[in-house]
Amino acid sequence: MPDVDIQVRVNGTLRRDTVPPRLTLADYLRERCQLTGTHLGCEHGVCGACTVLLDGQAVRACLVFAVQADGAQVTTIEGIASPDGELSPVQAAFRDHHGLQCGFCTPGFVISVTAFLRDHPDPTDEQIREGLSGNLCRCTGYQGILKAVRAAADGTSAMEETG
Amino acid sequence: MKPSAFDYHAPTSVAEAVSLLADLGEDAKPIAGGQSLVPMLALRLTALEHLVDLRRVSGLRGIEQRDGAVRIGAMTTQAVIGRSAEVARGVPLLARATPLIGHFQIRNRGTIGGSLAHADAAAEYPAVALALGAQLEAQSPRGRRTIPADRFFTGLWGTDLADDELLTAVAFPRWDGRCGFAIEEFARRSGDFAIAGAAVAVALDDGARIRRCGIGLFGLGPTPLRASAAEAALTRAGLADVTAEDVGRTALADLESVPSDLHGSADYRRHVGAVVVARAWQRAVQEASDA
Repeated sequence: MPDVDIQVRVNGTLRRDTVPPRLTLADYLRERCQLTGTHLGCEHGVCGACTVLLDGQAVRACLVFAVQADGAQVTTIEGIASPDGELSPVQAAFRDHHGLQCGFCTPGFVISVTAFLRDHPDPTDEQIREGLSGNLCRCTGYQGILKAVRAAADGTSAMEETG
Repeated sequence: MKPSAFDYHAPTSVAEAVSLLADLGEDAKPIAGGQSLVPMLALRLTALEHLVDLRRVSGLRGIEQRDGAVRIGAMTTQAVIGRSAEVARGVPLLARATPLIGHFQIRNRGTIGGSLAHADAAAEYPAVALALGAQLEAQSPRGRRTIPADRFFTGLWGTDLADDELLTAVAFPRWDGRCGFAIEEFARRSGDFAIAGAAVAVALDDGARIRRCGIGLFGLGPTPLRASAAEAALTRAGLADVTAEDVGRTALADLESVPSDLHGSADYRRHVGAVVVARAWQRAVQEASDA
């Protein structure tokens, strides 16, 4: 069972690694790249906590082997905020609208919503619900998340709403 | 790491891939999008010695018109199919089935070839292939052949493909004239596998008679199913003589191995099955009548 050499650009940085074929992209990111923002919940493609961008597309990192990401670009939650630490519009909206409580599912939601709003810049509420259906949250009851996505889509922050 | 250990191969041509499959034998398995295979490996429902990744294989992606059919390469993702204007126009049933598969993150990876070759009895694409009479193209070191959808699904997660044979493309014949298409399913949560579902295609003649119909069932047996007896009974019938409820009952009448599990008993599935067939039939007939 020989290990395989891979090259992956993670959050803009090119990495070379040698990995066992059965290592998932999620484990690769967490254990080899020390990027533990990608969370693992179910590890079989149901909960969405491990969602990352693979060549720009939102995918379950637990359902991709690291060897399959050879030559690809990966963006994790650590690559979403600006380099100076300023939150992305989606992250800011989640904070402003109570889109998180414990935070475990949040990286997956933020990645999914980032891809969703890029592809659907002017979504209906129904489309937002559909777009969120692949991520599970056990704390919020989802209402804060729906509000956050709506606000991020509309480009409004809590300040503007209350002000 | 949850799956058991395996060797990884990444061939770049179909010839190389099938030659690898032939050499490695039954301990090898091809992987397309992996959205069904990786969970099965993670849960150790399956194990393999060799994984043959098709992602670098050329010529397996794309959508084209050929010989009165819309032909889709096996590695074409569900996301690409869902966005394709050509599919929406030429194979509306496939376009309508696509958003029901998993979630958008799954459809970004999942492929049509993987979906058909995995042959999950509760999946949407196999039922669509059955309803429309799709032709599946396969290649092995012995050559190429075409398998009609209704001879492709042979048992639980089983297909007519040999160990060294690769599904390369699927051709959906265009249904022309006064046609209607609908897919209906019932699942407890959005994106879950359906408890029961039905894909219906119907073509009417110039009057109010059924010229042709196809009914694919999913979640209602050990394999994706085609309601052949119901299709035969309906063909050439007058629309006025057929109620949607009748079609639902007839389509479910001769099913023998309806699954029973924690998601629903066989009786419950039969009930849901008849309801989804009736709903899909009604919508398909409505569309055909308006055409």
